[in-house]
Amino acid sequence: MAKVNFKNRDIISIKDFSKEEILHVLNTAKRFKEKTHPNLLKGKILASLFFEPSTRTRFSFESAMERLGGSVITLAEAKVSSSAKGESLSDSIRIVEKYCDAIVMRHSLEGSARLAAEVSNNPVINGGDGANQHPTQTFLDLFSILETQKKLNCLNIALVGDLKYGRTVHSLAYALSLFGCRLYLVSPKSLCMPDYVLTELKANKTHYSEHLRPERIMNKIDVFYATRIQKERFADAIEYEKVKDVYIINKSLLVNVKKNFRILHPLPRVNEINYEVDETPYAYYFQQASNGLWVRQALLALVLGGKI
Amino acid sequence: MRVFKVYAIKNGTVIDHIPQGKGLKIIHLLGLDKSCNNIVTLGMGFDSKRYSKKDIVKIEKRELTAEEVNKIAVIAQTATLNIIRNYKIVKKHQVAIPEILEKIIRCPNPNCVTNHEPGKTKFLVIKKKPIQLHCYFCERTFAIEEITIQ
Repeated sequence: MAKVNFKNRDIISIKDFSKEEILHVLNTAKRFKEKTHPNLLKGKILASLFFEPSTRTRFSFESAMERLGGSVITLAEAKVSSSAKGESLSDSIRIVEKYCDAIVMRHSLEGSARLAAEVSNNPVINGGDGANQHPTQTFLDLFSILETQKKLNCLNIALVGDLKYGRTVHSLAYALSLFGCRLYLVSPKSLCMPDYVLTELKANKTHYSEHLRPERIMNKIDVFYATRIQKERFADAIEYEKVKDVYIINKSLLVNVKKNFRILHPLPRVNEINYEVDETPYAYYFQQASNGLWVRQALLALVLGGKI
Repeated sequence: MRVFKVYAIKNGTVIDHIPQGKGLKIIHLLGLDKSCNNIVTLGMGFDSKRYSKKDIVKIEKRELTAEEVNKIAVIAQTATLNIIRNYKIVKKHQVAIPEILEKIIRCPNPNCVTNHEPGKTKFLVIKKKPIQLHCYFCERTFAIEEITIQ
């Protein structure tokens, strides 16, 4: 494999990474999972700028930084930052980058992380920009798929739920297309995968099909990637009510699944996975969330030049 | 005696074969309405053998480069650039869309950061026929019909 250099690199979009670079991140994450490195980033500071709510992404980044011996400066909430006073995002980033070694940010506007990376001299990691990208989630999703399936190539993967607004499925679909996976896109008509994502899948010669119901494909699937129907993305509450419980995974749906079948979910879940599924060998979403720690440790170490 | 609808220029640039009605936009796009101290003449609705009607822009005593003019390709793909010296055409260039368009067009995605923050827009031309543009920031791809000039 060609030498991969991540030092000072921004992590903005999964599309910025080749297959080899993705595998390099996953291999590094595996090494962090196997062994702790409590002083690797001693003296380094991460600025954690979440202009939108986050639990898992924010906590796992902050925890990853602390566990590597670094420290974190953070916004208590966006409304107490200067952006609430009308400061532009680029001005905020220009100031914050002076106080830290790397920035992780989430913002509602698409392209916000790319803009931040343009004005910051320190690496910027995208923790989600509107409905666009969430690359670190994609890395941890791939890590979990690799962990459960022992490979990434040529798997049958169902992406289920809100495929229209869900940024995790957009990034993941693209990444899986690099590995020749067969995609089953399951969603209500009103929440189907946008054309611009399908165009990219076609360009990568990805075999995919669209479905309204998952029942008929369950016996073919290796990984079932469920997503929440996101109430906050609907302007009309009636439209949300129509689709909110359209897919509920329960034990009866899992009768004919393959032995290696696993359910992943970026969390939080609402009603889409029944609690009875948690105890089955197919549930992997909590391990998936914990994998975020190793993947984010790997990314922080790589962009900050920490050697293991 | 021949009566000129738009008089010939001795030295400078003539942008010909501009689609009808786009001439004024092109003057704006090239910044000729703001920073140019030279005489700029706009002719609109001329008869054209090739396109039935066309606009023409003439800039006296200034030779625009192909690079400068290429950015108008996004709204005037048929336009030609003619460099005039001593009343003669010495160079002719068919406009061609560049690989990257900066600060020219507005992103049609209302949730794109470039529609909320001061600064530049940047589009990568991912396909030339028909033109498809990819926003560097929000990563959406648009057809030429969807875009508007800044």
